[in-house]
Amino acid sequence: MLRRDRWAFAGAVTIVLIGLVALGGTALTALAGQDPYTYHPEALDPQTGGPAGLLGGISGTHWFGVEPLTGRDLFAIVVHGTRTSFLIGLAATALSVVLGVLIGAAAGYLGGWTDRIITWVADVFLGFPYLVFMIAIGLVAPPSIPKQVLLIVVIGFFGWPSVARIVRAQTLTLKKRSFVAAARVLGASPWQVFRTDLLPNLWAPIIVVATLSVPGKIGLEAALSFLNVGVPPPTPSWGRSIFSAIQWVATDPMYLIFPGAALFLTTWAFNVFGDGLRDAIDPKGGVR
Amino acid sequence: MTKLVATRLAGMLLVLLTVAFCTFVVFYLVPSDPAQLACGRPCTEQNLALAREFMGLDESWWQQFLDFLTGIFAGRTFGTGATAIHCAAPCFGYSFQQNTDVVTLIADRVPVTFSLAFGAAAIWLVFGVGLGVLAALRKDTPIDRITLAGSVAGVSAPVYLVGLLGILLFGFTLDVVPVGGYVAFAESPLDWAWRLILPWCVLAFAHAAFYVRLVRSSMLETLNEDFIRTARAKGVRESTVVGKHALRNVLLPVVTLVGIDLGGLLGGAVITESVFSLPGLGGLLIDAVHQRDLPLVLGCTLFAGFLVVVANTLVDLCYGVLDPRARLT
Repeated sequence: MLRRDRWAFAGAVTIVLIGLVALGGTALTALAGQDPYTYHPEALDPQTGGPAGLLGGISGTHWFGVEPLTGRDLFAIVVHGTRTSFLIGLAATALSVVLGVLIGAAAGYLGGWTDRIITWVADVFLGFPYLVFMIAIGLVAPPSIPKQVLLIVVIGFFGWPSVARIVRAQTLTLKKRSFVAAARVLGASPWQVFRTDLLPNLWAPIIVVATLSVPGKIGLEAALSFLNVGVPPPTPSWGRSIFSAIQWVATDPMYLIFPGAALFLTTWAFNVFGDGLRDAIDPKGGVR
Repeated sequence: MTKLVATRLAGMLLVLLTVAFCTFVVFYLVPSDPAQLACGRPCTEQNLALAREFMGLDESWWQQFLDFLTGIFAGRTFGTGATAIHCAAPCFGYSFQQNTDVVTLIADRVPVTFSLAFGAAAIWLVFGVGLGVLAALRKDTPIDRITLAGSVAGVSAPVYLVGLLGILLFGFTLDVVPVGGYVAFAESPLDWAWRLILPWCVLAFAHAAFYVRLVRSSMLETLNEDFIRTARAKGVRESTVVGKHALRNVLLPVVTLVGIDLGGLLGGAVITESVFSLPGLGGLLIDAVHQRDLPLVLGCTLFAGFLVVVANTLVDLCYGVLDPRARLT
């Protein structure tokens, strides 16, 4: 058990560290004397367009080396990419959790036709090739809407069914408990029952499902940027860097490894922390 | 039983109709004009109107949607006279950009995607279930710990990252496997498997991690149940207890997961295909979206949705076979 908790602890520490990097990114890159937008052609090899020097051009000035073709500082790009990933990942999770809890609780508590329709809609959502849809919406949306907001709304919106399923199941068991029945008999409205009786008992599973769905959301944002429909350049994004690294994987592997490691570390931290939380709340609960 | 199948089918159709409708509406809103692209130069007002009429774009959006639906059962003909294009039933649309009907385009790509998905699924099932059972039987030993740590890593690592690292390590640095391209099975089965081996392993690694965790925890839970103790008390051999009594229980959630995963992958493993430059359904769909080729997008989306729905139905049926208590009601 202790071992498990040590992992979760390591995950929590990593999340806090990455969160600090996301918040203080500008200061951190200023410390290195770099920003993610300035071109440094002098750091490039004029023959190939790749970074001059070993290991992607790692040096005292460019801690992670530079980006091929542009010479932008890779450390600054990775650090600023943290902000993009965190912002979109956390905000999208918040949105899908709010939607999922409200819809799932309504389905479980109200039952009958409400339940049937909601379950059916959730089925439609789960059967949807949503990646295509997100790409399509990215093309349709007027350019006046910032891409970040659009990504949060789209990723968050498509995430509600999995949350709703868990909340619905939990609500169904809570509904049979006498305190909920008592509240109902006393004439409490569904909204009152939800706020005073259901929600306090739903917090634990909600927090677990939220933590465990953050890495998926961050990965999805990176995947969309990877497919070139995420945040527009020059805003740094790990997914876009990884995508651009495809062309350079043979000659400049560091360009893939730094953004890739950052992305992996973040999703890993959320996964082990979420696992630990779930074990703490429900020691015999299954994995996934 | 007949009634059951009928409800099931009706449900499937309803889901598919919704998917088609939503896709249609979203893409109808895309500011683009296929007629403009096909019109040629110089594009006069008259030519443009003719092209619109030819493609059926002069109709209202709901009429276009209805045309699409009737085309599935009755086939469609675009234009009249010598230049008419006929799209035989089942007509899932006609891509004017590629001058081919959508069914043909999809059928061309299906072998690639199906090879990728089924091959990877075979690998991840063997390793996922095997390692999961092993970890459960050796709980709290180094084997268990290594498997668990590895599976958390597998769950966390995005498939494109694993794919690119795989290309970097096995393709370039060690230079042991080819890094992309596709050879048809009929052409050379050996080449087919050899070219797909890296994509298979990458997809399998990403998926197996979930199965290891699932199988391990559900195995541990099952081994604590009364019927396992009874079996052991009766003197049933341990290998039979684990391999037959317990595994049958463990396979239930595995079947569900396989259904969901395969359903999703068969519709197009968009990212894996793009990393390994495999000409599969995912690539077809993404290209169609970027070129705003509405008929093709609609056809691909519908096909992907269809596979997901079929996979879910098959899962439900398998449940009844594996667990008599879960017979469909």
